[in-house]
Amino acid sequence: MNPQILLDLKKFYPELALSVALLCVVIGDLAFPRFHKKTTFLIAALGLALAFLASLPLFQEPSGTLFFGVLALDPAAVFFKCFLILTSFLILLATPGSVELGQRRLGEFYSLLLGVTLGLLLLAASEDMLMLYLSLEMVSIGSYIMVGYLKNDRQSNEAALKYLLFGAVSSGCMLYGFTLFYGLTGTTKLMGMREVLASGGAAGDNAVMLLIASTAVLAGFGFKTAAVPFHFWCPDVYTGAPTPVTAFLSVAPKAAGFAILVRFFFTGLALPSAHTGSWTPLSSIDWRLLILVLSILTMTLGNIAALRQENMKRLLAYSSIAHAGYILMGVVVLTSQGIQSILIYLITYLFMNLGAFLVVIEIYNRTGSFDLKDYRGLYRRSPFLSISMTIFMLSLMGIPPLAGFFGKLYVFGAAVNANLAWFAVVGALNSVIAVYYYARVIKTMIIEAQEDMTRIATPWAGLILVWFMLLPTVGLMLFWSQIQQLTLASMKLFLGN
Amino acid sequence: MIGLSHFLIISAALFCLGLLAVFTRKNAVNVLMGVELILNSANLNLIAFSKYSAAKIDGQVFAAFVIVVAAAEVAVALAIILTMYRIIKSVNLDRADTLKG
Repeated sequence: MNPQILLDLKKFYPELALSVALLCVVIGDLAFPRFHKKTTFLIAALGLALAFLASLPLFQEPSGTLFFGVLALDPAAVFFKCFLILTSFLILLATPGSVELGQRRLGEFYSLLLGVTLGLLLLAASEDMLMLYLSLEMVSIGSYIMVGYLKNDRQSNEAALKYLLFGAVSSGCMLYGFTLFYGLTGTTKLMGMREVLASGGAAGDNAVMLLIASTAVLAGFGFKTAAVPFHFWCPDVYTGAPTPVTAFLSVAPKAAGFAILVRFFFTGLALPSAHTGSWTPLSSIDWRLLILVLSILTMTLGNIAALRQENMKRLLAYSSIAHAGYILMGVVVLTSQGIQSILIYLITYLFMNLGAFLVVIEIYNRTGSFDLKDYRGLYRRSPFLSISMTIFMLSLMGIPPLAGFFGKLYVFGAAVNANLAWFAVVGALNSVIAVYYYARVIKTMIIEAQEDMTRIATPWAGLILVWFMLLPTVGLMLFWSQIQQLTLASMKLFLGN
Repeated sequence: MIGLSHFLIISAALFCLGLLAVFTRKNAVNVLMGVELILNSANLNLIAFSKYSAAKIDGQVFAAFVIVVAAAEVAVALAIILTMYRIIKSVNLDRADTLKG
């Protein structure tokens, strides 16, 4: 065997740990039917924990590529590995307590979760269009099944069908875009693509072709990140899917989508200038404008549509679309400060958004409803849940000193520093619109009253999880210098030797 | 003499037909067929490029993977459509309308 592969395998331990855990969960689920609930859960948790621990030393490795340039190993890739594994781990912990998923066939659910996580890790590090397509499909196909996990539930099925059809079409468009890039440059490697395009070997009169290809590729990434106009699936799927799956979809594939969006466009279609820490798009294609329009559309439409939602999951779906718009601002500015702001935004978004979904799960477990009108009088029925929900909503609004504020601050700051002050103003105006619907949730919970005043009891496992989200949301600013160092160290992409 | 452009025109036509099928058809199975057209137009592109341009074997390998992924995707899609049919006794996408708002 080629010794290089063996050397690379040593830097592939997180993915290997996940694969082994995935196989053990599948086998354990079949072999120990009597104990499988607990054993499969423990194996999955152990696998994710090992993968996380195996990722940490990779921060020290020099940047490079693995397996003949198929996967990147750079601080950004390692950051996303840790981020995605942490997200899956939190979702895994929230799963056994969910009434919606019940207790049956959870082993299969864990194996799907592990499989999707593995796909996400590969997606975030892809340096080759073939790898990118395969890992994206690995994520997509697994998530279709997770969304339709409640086999006898009509909404869950409809959600899965919609997700599948939208997903298949957008990944098909993306693939068509890849083939055009392949034809124009003669390579499937992102860095090779940049070299050919930058040397003018393929450009010339192919500007239209490049524009079509970039737009088609953006359709695939836009689908994963739920950016307008590829967001139509998002509210329906978030509503119909079991809530732990919704929580997972709203963070993990979105984060991986941004990771690969940045990687694809920054390594494939832009030229870095090392001394200023910024990039310039290749002269033959101005994709920056495409993403700028996408970002403004996404945040505006997401916020406006969220205003009139009566279902909590739908409201959070549109809110997550709007947040995708803010994160896209960090891509448009094309500086390393922009990448850093994306990472910071994702960290804050992880805690506040997952926290909000966890509270929704706990409330559904006791009241069986996602309707905003059933949140009336929640303050009397469960002070803890309503206060934590209030804090998550305030953080999603971007009220200082909560975590969400810092995310917005950095994204808008990056826009201002890149001479796009008007763009930051658009973002700030959007945050003002968003205040209305988040505040509406708080008002419903605390001020409005309801006849049914039975207290909502929360099991200790749920309480611990909510606390685990609450503490970073409130206390992230205490560790700000560490967060800043971490993201500063993590924003480096491998751009070739 | 048949050259690269002939293949590209056919694949572009296939791609557009696939998109058309996806956006106009109401039957879930027909929509899936549209998706297959899109994937196969990409395959045609890959193979044509790998035959006629400087790019070599990569495209053909890519196409083989695409075929495998398409099969996996269709297996999941048909399973979901089947459970859908069990619940509402129809594969018409207009009947899948409980999620609106």
